[in-house]
Amino acid sequence: MDFDLMITSFPKLLNATVVTLKLLSLSLFFGLFIGLFFAILRLRKNIFLNKFAYGYSYVFRGTPLLVQIFIIYFGLGQIEYLRTTILWVVLKEPYWCAIIAFALNTGAYTSEILRSAFQTIKPGFIEAGKSLGIPNKIIFYKIQIPIAIRQSLPAYGNEIILMMKGTSLASTVTLLDLTGVAKYIISTTFKPIEVFIVAGGIYLFMTFIIHNLIKYLEKKYSYQ
Amino acid sequence: MIKLKKFGLGLLISLFLSFTANADSIKIGTEGAYPPWNSKDASGALIGFEVDLAKELCKIMGHDCTIVEQDWDGMIPALVGRKFDAIMAGMSITDERKKTINFSDGYADEVASLAVMKGSKNEGLKTLSAINLSEISADEQATLDVLTKAFKGKTIGVQTATIHQNFLESGLMGSVKVRTYKTQDEVNLDLAAGRIDAALAAAVAFTDYAEKSGKAVVLTGPTFAGGDFGNGVGVGIRKSDQKLLNDFNRAIDKARDDGIISKLAIKWFGFDASM
Repeated sequence: MDFDLMITSFPKLLNATVVTLKLLSLSLFFGLFIGLFFAILRLRKNIFLNKFAYGYSYVFRGTPLLVQIFIIYFGLGQIEYLRTTILWVVLKEPYWCAIIAFALNTGAYTSEILRSAFQTIKPGFIEAGKSLGIPNKIIFYKIQIPIAIRQSLPAYGNEIILMMKGTSLASTVTLLDLTGVAKYIISTTFKPIEVFIVAGGIYLFMTFIIHNLIKYLEKKYSYQ
Repeated sequence: MIKLKKFGLGLLISLFLSFTANADSIKIGTEGAYPPWNSKDASGALIGFEVDLAKELCKIMGHDCTIVEQDWDGMIPALVGRKFDAIMAGMSITDERKKTINFSDGYADEVASLAVMKGSKNEGLKTLSAINLSEISADEQATLDVLTKAFKGKTIGVQTATIHQNFLESGLMGSVKVRTYKTQDEVNLDLAAGRIDAALAAAVAFTDYAEKSGKAVVLTGPTFAGGDFGNGVGVGIRKSDQKLLNDFNRAIDKARDDGIISKLAIKWFGFDASM
């Protein structure tokens, strides 16, 4: 075991963790809006909108994240027409390709989490609002959404942790995130055990933080 | 009668043992993604210069060989971790790698080159046609200066953990942005897509891609050898396996003398890359 290597690679890996956290936070930010949007579509009676939202979630939950990144990065890059459009400004960059893939992926899971949360809201809450003469729109924003978010916290916490681990796939499209830099260090030192143990430790620490943050929020927003 | 049977059985066992002792079975690791050195055909079978050469060397050594596939970035750790016993994967002999593993004598050598898409500003750069970085002459330095100016701030793609990456990071070509890829295929794809301004790899890797894909990839600038580019391609072997190293060296000697390496090189590269 080369402890010197573990110590010298630690600051480099910590630097790369910033990239990982940026990827994670941007993906979750966009993913939450995408998820909320599609969850609302799923609750609509309109069969077309409903099926569209279902199809989206089905495709992105039913295919590996790695395949999605490859299609967006290497696949779309092969379409010559696309390279002449304004879209190419974004798709040219591996960074944005990764974020698009992550956001669409986590968006699909988030939409399912939120949909089930909406559907489990007790009708009594909505009826109580109605009996007080509160308009439907306000009921939705002030009663349904807050309850749905509280309901979905445990499942969403899991999703954040899954997504955090998923960002390691960014290294497959040339990005130097935590896993990317770990691989880079290994490629010059040929010592995978030491470097991956340090990288794994950093991932574990992030999981620890996220887990406790969610636990705190669950407590804070519990009904009691 | 029973004694005779026992004797016969003993003979059979000792014969079997001596037979297996002579024909060592070894595993050779290759990448299968760096044509024409090593790649895969449509059915997924490993093909290429090194696959053919490995079979010939094993025949000479009298070893029973299996060729296995391994991703490039895990090649040396896999050898050290005993997933296989030898590397034949277009791996150049460099001092950096020699710290971890041994190399046989070189069996082939081939120059590196930059490539750009046709129509790029950096197509047809006015430089020497070849430079050797072992000793950099004034003319060669002038060529490096031309490259430094032409590629200032540009993104150049290379396969990760290669001599090409080492060279770009050495600063001899100034401050280029280096983007590293898992395989050469991915470098080629992004070069063709225009995500990177240029790429650096073995010259044949680009000509082979241009020919097979029909993409307008062209070589530019000089060809590179020496220095960071190492001393030819050899068989990588664990430091503890001195006997296997000797076996390979003897077999490479014989294959070279018999013209086998030249013949295979011409078949796969179109020119004699043997050494």
